[in-house]
Amino acid sequence: MSIAYAAINPTGDLLERSDSFKPSTVSLDRLRVGTNARVLAVGGEGAVTRRLMEMGVVPGAPVRVIKCAPLGDPLEVRVRNYHLALRRNEAQNITVVISDE
Amino acid sequence: MSSALESPSRVVESVDVTAGREARALVIALAGNPNAGKTSIFNALTGLRQKVANYPGVTVERKEGVWALAPDLPPASLIDLPGLYSLDAASIDEQIARDILTGRMNETPAPDVIVAVVDATNLERNLYLVTQLLEMGRPVVVALTMVDLAERAKIEINDEKLSESLGVRVVPVTARQRRGLDELARAVLDSVGSDAPGAQWRLSLHAEEEVKRLAGDGWQGRAEAMRDLYADELPEDELRREAVGLARERLASANPQWWQEPVTARYRWIEGIAASATPGARDERPGATEKIDNLVTHRLFGPLIFLLVMAVVFQAIFSWATLPMDLIDRGFGSLGEIVRAQMPAGLLTDLIVDGVIAGVGGVLVFLPQILLLFFFIALLEDSGYMSRAAFLMDRLMRGVGLHGKAFMPLLSSFACAIPGIMATRTIENPKDRLATIMIAPFMSCSARLPVYTLMIAAFFTDRKLFGFFSVGALLILSMYLLGITVAVVVAWILKRTILKSPPPPLVLELPPYRVPSLLNIAQTMRSRSWLFVKRAGTVILTISILLWALMTFPRSEQKPVPDAQEGAAVQAARETGVEARGKPAPGTAAQAPEFAGDEGEQMRQSYAGRLGQLIEPVIRPLGFDWKMGIGLVASFAARETLVSTLSIVYNVGKDAEAESPSLIEAVRQAKRPDGTPAWTPLVAVSMMVFFVLACQCMSTVAVVRRETNSWRWPLFMVAYMLAIAYVASFVTYQGGRLLGLG
Repeated sequence: MSIAYAAINPTGDLLERSDSFKPSTVSLDRLRVGTNARVLAVGGEGAVTRRLMEMGVVPGAPVRVIKCAPLGDPLEVRVRNYHLALRRNEAQNITVVISDE
Repeated sequence: MSSALESPSRVVESVDVTAGREARALVIALAGNPNAGKTSIFNALTGLRQKVANYPGVTVERKEGVWALAPDLPPASLIDLPGLYSLDAASIDEQIARDILTGRMNETPAPDVIVAVVDATNLERNLYLVTQLLEMGRPVVVALTMVDLAERAKIEINDEKLSESLGVRVVPVTARQRRGLDELARAVLDSVGSDAPGAQWRLSLHAEEEVKRLAGDGWQGRAEAMRDLYADELPEDELRREAVGLARERLASANPQWWQEPVTARYRWIEGIAASATPGARDERPGATEKIDNLVTHRLFGPLIFLLVMAVVFQAIFSWATLPMDLIDRGFGSLGEIVRAQMPAGLLTDLIVDGVIAGVGGVLVFLPQILLLFFFIALLEDSGYMSRAAFLMDRLMRGVGLHGKAFMPLLSSFACAIPGIMATRTIENPKDRLATIMIAPFMSCSARLPVYTLMIAAFFTDRKLFGFFSVGALLILSMYLLGITVAVVVAWILKRTILKSPPPPLVLELPPYRVPSLLNIAQTMRSRSWLFVKRAGTVILTISILLWALMTFPRSEQKPVPDAQEGAAVQAARETGVEARGKPAPGTAAQAPEFAGDEGEQMRQSYAGRLGQLIEPVIRPLGFDWKMGIGLVASFAARETLVSTLSIVYNVGKDAEAESPSLIEAVRQAKRPDGTPAWTPLVAVSMMVFFVLACQCMSTVAVVRRETNSWRWPLFMVAYMLAIAYVASFVTYQGGRLLGLG
């Protein structure tokens, strides 16, 4: 069972969950390279947040960090079926849940 | 949620398009994500029958073509919308797209059918735009691309299931092999006049209630209510504004992320569709791309590969283009001579040869560089490398306040700012693009080299620093660095003042690598060069003729009377001319000074000459006299003309080059009325500094005009660059005097 997805209701709120499972959440910029995760919530309110969501970064979407650029920024992230480059400070606003896939 | 839908009802049979009063040509809009293969489809459908222009008042390009849908029907007009991820955002591109789709763009009726290009390897994200297109009130047909790539990645798309879920026809298309194009045409014709599909996704119960409260009748009411509720601004109408404001508050109190609902709701619907249309899809991307990226975006190899690529591009525009450019130059020169030989000597001939022919040649000479640069740009974009380059450079450029994609245009500007400025097209944010355009001319272009060469040859040849650094080379390097430094500072200032905009965000797709399409590349090269010739060319030609007039009128009647300073220069020219060339060419050494004298006198009497004398008081603090003033006036058209203008003014003959000994000598020997040398090493440096920073290129002005679609920016550019050049030159000269250097 994929805890992360089941725990999110249609409006993005995290529902109750059993204490024995504690899904680890982290912001996208801190997600370790190669770890599979799903988007839990998207913070921020600007045009960039809107753009990221329109491109598929919405609660429930599968994500994985591929690498970061030579100077540390931006990050290359796999979202759904494609690769996206975004800055660390923008990735900070995205909370993800590490999945077991 | 969505249930299986019947195929859209037909209001009008497709044949009826031609029946009735008159056969109207259909208007079809082509929409889709960037990198989805939209351009390939556009090129395949329209072939050579496409044109690029601008939408009135904005810099968004208007790309239209002719699509022969069926042999017995008038060809349809196919509008290529800018590549979009969504119709909602506030930028100009999305605005224009919405206007076109709703028929609010004048001269363009609302499209009869929308063709939505969907990339099969990227279904979910591509479908987002489709969900918006379905609500536009026009029939939609989906063109499914990259099906072969999807197959390779073991993704199977059931296009019938997809069609059923979306409620529109889905046609797989492979543009490069021209497969599916006929089916697409048929699907489009079938869809004309049918009902618009409408939205089939739903928000949360709470939000749907609010929408219903705000909505009028029918699906259009729902669309408007959604727009009002979720748009960035509130509606203008008072009552509406209040109602919407209250609705928003109610939603916000229940859920702080209420404004995200439309996006998440759409994606929920999309996920359902994608799941049913691609059973058992794997999340794997074609292995090739990842493997290539292991090198290309590698910590170490990435930047190295990038430098290599940039070096190749730079080398190409800098040196490979020189051969064809020389050929064009010479070609027009010969043409001019032939015409001059055939026609009676006189004003008209001069106008045609020195004004028109030289002017046209002056425009066409840029073509090799433009063609080469756009070849590379199209190649890098089509293959997918460009986004990797932006990915690598982003951190660096951001530190300077520029967009990551500004690297390529700025680099090309070291060869010539014209193609560089045209290349800024790849920068989406208009303010970032403008900032890049404004500083591109500071990159010392190849046209400045003759000026540097002349100054250094005249005053700095044998000097060395610390015994082995050639002062001349150091000077040139300093000029380049000066340009770059000023550019960075100006960009910083511009971004904080008039071009103030939030630091460019980076949300960049890194598409899978693809074999670039030669057809696409050729189309890009063709349309860019045509645009240049047509728009920029006319301005350049006009100014060429104006300049010729300034230098030719009024006609000088007198025979040249060599005065003291002229005599010295002429004498020196004769002597060095004979020595340097060994055997003087028949007639040149003896006659040249006389002809030169005629031309020199002519130049001094002309309006250009008078202008030079007029501005002398202004330029004297920079160390210049009125003869240099003439040079400055003339070189505002094109920097290289400084050399030829100076050689005319100093009576050395029109064809002198920067290295010609006679010109160098003339420059060294030139004297002011009071006998002191007109040129000193300090004056030479001051002149170089001026040339680094001033905008002396009407071709640049013409291109900026074309790319920004107004005269405001090019004129601003000339003005502020002139101001900076003046101040810098002033500081150089006066500062040098104070330090006792000259």
